[in-house]
Amino acid sequence: MADEAAIEVGQAAHHPTGWRRWLYSTNHKDIGTMYLVFAVISGLIGFAMSIAIRMEMMYPGVEVLPVLTGGDLDAAYHLFNVLITAHGLIMVFFLVMPALIGGFGNWFLPIMIGAPDMAFPRMNNVSFWLLPPAITLLVISTMVGGPSDALTGVGGGWTVYPPLSTSGQPGPAMDLAILALHLAGASSILGAVNFITTVFNMRAPGMTMHKMPLFVWSLLVTAFLLLLAIPVLAGAITMLLTDRNFGTTFFDPAGGGDPLLFQHLFWFFGHPEVYILILPGFGLISHIISTFSRKPIFGYLGMAYAMVAIGFIGFIVWAHHMYTVGMDVDVKAYFVAATMVIAVPTGIKIFSWIATMWGGSIEFKTPMLWAIGFIFVFTVGGVTGVLISNAGIDQSVHDTYYIVAHFHYTMSLGAVFAIFAGFYYWIGKMSGRQYPETLGKIHFWLSFIGVNMVFFPQHFLGLAGMPRRIVDYNEVFSYWNFWSSIGAYISTAGVLVFLLVLWKTFRSGEKCPDNPWGEGATTLEWTLPSPPPFHQFNELPKIK
Amino acid sequence: MTNSKNNRTALVLAGVAVGMVGMAYAAVPLYQIFCQITGYGGTTQVAQAAERPILERVIKVRFSANTHRDMPWNFRPLQGMQRARVGEQMLAFFEATNTTAHVITGTATFNVTPHKAGAYFSKIQCFCFTEQTLAPGERADMPVTYFIDPAIMDDPGLDDVKEIVLSYTFFRSGKEGETGESKNHAMVAENLIK
Repeated sequence: MADEAAIEVGQAAHHPTGWRRWLYSTNHKDIGTMYLVFAVISGLIGFAMSIAIRMEMMYPGVEVLPVLTGGDLDAAYHLFNVLITAHGLIMVFFLVMPALIGGFGNWFLPIMIGAPDMAFPRMNNVSFWLLPPAITLLVISTMVGGPSDALTGVGGGWTVYPPLSTSGQPGPAMDLAILALHLAGASSILGAVNFITTVFNMRAPGMTMHKMPLFVWSLLVTAFLLLLAIPVLAGAITMLLTDRNFGTTFFDPAGGGDPLLFQHLFWFFGHPEVYILILPGFGLISHIISTFSRKPIFGYLGMAYAMVAIGFIGFIVWAHHMYTVGMDVDVKAYFVAATMVIAVPTGIKIFSWIATMWGGSIEFKTPMLWAIGFIFVFTVGGVTGVLISNAGIDQSVHDTYYIVAHFHYTMSLGAVFAIFAGFYYWIGKMSGRQYPETLGKIHFWLSFIGVNMVFFPQHFLGLAGMPRRIVDYNEVFSYWNFWSSIGAYISTAGVLVFLLVLWKTFRSGEKCPDNPWGEGATTLEWTLPSPPPFHQFNELPKIK
Repeated sequence: MTNSKNNRTALVLAGVAVGMVGMAYAAVPLYQIFCQITGYGGTTQVAQAAERPILERVIKVRFSANTHRDMPWNFRPLQGMQRARVGEQMLAFFEATNTTAHVITGTATFNVTPHKAGAYFSKIQCFCFTEQTLAPGERADMPVTYFIDPAIMDDPGLDDVKEIVLSYTFFRSGKEGETGESKNHAMVAENLIK
């Protein structure tokens, strides 16, 4: 591979231009860039949906969505279900995964281990180009019949539990959504194979497993989770598809099936999936904390193996999503205990980040603000997670806004803060132009205040018993819903500032030196020019 | 050299992915077996009639009969409650009436609550073991013979169980769930009536 890359550099013809450069791309940096652009676009769509949801939820009663449906209340109720379903699917499969794994992963994993490219560049191209058709299918699904011909789109929630996703949604919308997930899943599995092969076989001389940067470790664990979890989702939704169209009864009691089986299969995928979303962030945050504290990361090996442990435990805790299905008390006891154990490796990570900062000469540049913000929101989400891991407590907060608050603090605020931290950390390296510092900080503070205002009150709403996934609510919940929506508008201001940051960076950003962060930035990408050459490491770097 | 090493790694990983899809499908029969053996989710046990001790402990058994919304039968238990001594063989009846003008075949699914009692609730004979077909307007008594396994005395987790609800839901097996043969029977019968 290394030889081939060297030969390619010699041939100027291997630097395609125009649309060919992108459509036929086999270059890990170009593919990474496409993933990031894709993530920004779908992220904005998913974000717009969440704002529509918060606008509707600002006051009791159903008043906003009927404006979109021409006053038809039934259509408005269904539209709400479609919005929450699509918001979840888009944010999970088309924002966080493409940004952290496909985007930053493709860009920096080969560079960080001193490899010229990914192991299978053409397969990398296929991984990316499966995503646009996937989201297209999901968009088309909103235009065809769901529960009935008149009500379009999938309104079954992102978890697509049967029977709501089978007999409850007879229209073709659910089939299209399932196929969208198939494509996104195939993309992820191909990507995972590529990442693992690259890490195992293409490390530069001297780059042993125990010298690999933590971001690479995080992606390696993530890739294994993808490889083991996504096929189970693929199997489960294929059964759903054949139940819907070809007369099988995997989940239909009339034919001897069991709808609960779907929940087991779904969460066997679903719980590792939430770690898939957060682990690359863990890796990335470690680099940023270390860079801006000018200290090597505290407890490197502990950090690496904590991620391995989190990945492993992630596969044996799935039923804590299903405490209310009528499980035996002994089964619950096991899942409670196993779930709580996750707090140990996660705690190792949180405390190691704090220990890295301890005594360091900390510089509060924008990436560092996002990284510290990440530690804060993830810790809040983690603490509520320990709480609801208790089957007894979960019995009362199951499917309430408490759960919504919990998983947004971890998966969405956590993962999205990591994405922004990575963006500000690496945009100078990727584009050759540095972001505007002041605007970046304004973006951080608007977002930090905004999202905390959205989700912190939802803890109160959940404890008070407000159920999730319902378009209307009782008057008693109106106070905190109001403030939650105000927070969403503040976050919107943050997103607008982010767009301004993008525009400023590309239009008038200062030229970024090879290493803008100084001695704290020690990984290989900072030894290359900004932006890096089309093919890097003509001579493989030697790692001491 | 490196290339073939990469290909080998990728092949192994692809095998893992395919294997996991297989595991997902293997979960279907495994889950069923798991439920049958452990009584998980209130799955009742099937037993042979045999000599067993009849104990002092009495458990009230109540009956619940439901139909799926596509199933146009009237279906109800014929007794309110039975006092079953542990180990004693009991007989209960349900009544199903086909109120339509068509021949309809149905299958009943079953479970008991509390779910943890499933492992100790044994059926010897049950109408739910096979498909049932009713002619238009036909009314049929459907028996179930059951007993509560004396092993329940050895499980401290079941000490608080004083009452068990045996529940059936009748589904129409005219659509997906039906075997080819009985479907033909139903169609022939339907044609005959016409």
